[in-house]
Amino acid sequence: MYYGIEKFLHAFSSLADLGQEIADTRDYREMVETALQVVLGTLAIRRGAVVEYERDKNVLKFIAARGISHELPPDVAFDGAVVKDLCAGGACGLNLYADEGSGANKELAEKCRALFKDFGFELITPLIIRDTLLGVLLLGRKVSEELFSELDRDVVCAMARHIGVGIYSHRLLAEVEVRAEENRRLYDDLRETYQDTVRAFAAAIDFKDTYTRGHSERVGLYCEIIAREMGWDDEQVEGMIVAGYLHDIGKIFVDREIINAPHRIDAKLLPELNGHTIAGYELLSLIKHPFTDIPLMARHHHERVDGGGYPDGLTGDQIPIGAKILTLADSFDAMTTDRPYKRRRTLEEIIKDLQENAGKQFEPGVVVAFARAILKEIKGETEDKRITKMLAKNYDDVKSIEPLLVELLAKLESPSLNTSTATS
Amino acid sequence: MEITESGVKGEVICSRVEGSVAIIYAQGYLNKISGEQTERECRNRLEDGYRALVLNFSDTQIVNSIGVSILLGVIDAVEETNSRLCFCNVNNHTAQLFDMLGLTRHVYLAPTEEAALAWSSKDQTAGVAAAAAATAN
Repeated sequence: MYYGIEKFLHAFSSLADLGQEIADTRDYREMVETALQVVLGTLAIRRGAVVEYERDKNVLKFIAARGISHELPPDVAFDGAVVKDLCAGGACGLNLYADEGSGANKELAEKCRALFKDFGFELITPLIIRDTLLGVLLLGRKVSEELFSELDRDVVCAMARHIGVGIYSHRLLAEVEVRAEENRRLYDDLRETYQDTVRAFAAAIDFKDTYTRGHSERVGLYCEIIAREMGWDDEQVEGMIVAGYLHDIGKIFVDREIINAPHRIDAKLLPELNGHTIAGYELLSLIKHPFTDIPLMARHHHERVDGGGYPDGLTGDQIPIGAKILTLADSFDAMTTDRPYKRRRTLEEIIKDLQENAGKQFEPGVVVAFARAILKEIKGETEDKRITKMLAKNYDDVKSIEPLLVELLAKLESPSLNTSTATS
Repeated sequence: MEITESGVKGEVICSRVEGSVAIIYAQGYLNKISGEQTERECRNRLEDGYRALVLNFSDTQIVNSIGVSILLGVIDAVEETNSRLCFCNVNNHTAQLFDMLGLTRHVYLAPTEEAALAWSSKDQTAGVAAAAAATAN
């Protein structure tokens, strides 16, 4: 049969439109509705529908319809045998009312007529991808009242394949999204488990040291606040909190008598106490942490930027920035809490100590970040009041250190006096 | 004469009424966006009580398959309300397309808006009162 060149061009251009609409339209229903419009407009058919086959319920669900009612019709129960026949092939563009085709197709047409008798559809085309029935394209009569030609049916079948691919891609995408969501949930659960474990470790570490209960948790808090003030992202900040919780984990290998000694440890026992940095590093290196450098931070949290620390006597840039934050957080907590052999120092003394030791024990940039964070809390420039609340447990007038902090910042932030050695 | 404009995203659909006939001006490329606006405008006019619609294609060069499908929706709406529909100023290419697809079995193609109005006004006496009442409201 001669398929007029005009019809051919219209069908060809419609096929191109269909491909583009399926590729470009992100919303699933909109994609199917538009695809249906393209098919209907190609052959000038008033009524049509795309139904999706829901295998688990064995129903056909209308997802797009035109020319039959304003609302989508209810689901149609589907016979498993019909699904099999539709998938068997040969049913592409099956005319439900034409007295043609093989015996099997006649039987199939009869069954489908019964299914869709209320809608006036004449042509049925299964949407099959990889031998799986995804749905069915249903078309009514052409406005020209002409019967569907062989080539009309070829065009419909080509378009049905496009729509099938669109539905298949959507299902794949939906499945990927569900899997990704499951993975996200699993990851969050794992992360929570990791954090709980870290907290439990921290409690175990601090339990050994009678005088420093809550030390690791407080160091974690200070680390968090300093890292945030330094502009680190959430993931890095979380890593810093974990480092704060675990930095003293090596102390579980140190004799309880040494840790709780009511006096300064003498030179003979000092190596065992100081060895907690290396012990912690070795222990933490056995664990695969979701954050980098946790073992190194534990190893180097007693280093000094002037090289006078331990265990490796590193200087400036050689010390990881996380370890420098830990050093300050750890020292600040040691200075603000009572120890067996030493009472806590006044806040004034501590701020002066931080200023004096910036560039010696501490990284100046880290001191500046911490001072700025405390000052913001005192001045009410932030809703976060965790440092001042923590300090208020042991100090009556935390606000009194405001001038000292201002002075510290003026000195350390001044380019001429800034002795910053590293921000590796 | 009443002229209204409607539409979104820079695509404006104009329409006006003359007597009991509503004239809708299809704009540019009749595709999904402009086609749906055109269909909405036609349905609004039918809801207003107009029983004769003239769709003027003087600014439309191309109608794609989605446009055809939308025009079939307009034909449906017109037939549901026992109204009349006439297309005018349709270019040759589009006229051939409408003819080839069988739309001309349901729609009269007039060469000009005047001819369309003349065709649409025939036997419209019954609809005049309803449309005038709708306009007054």
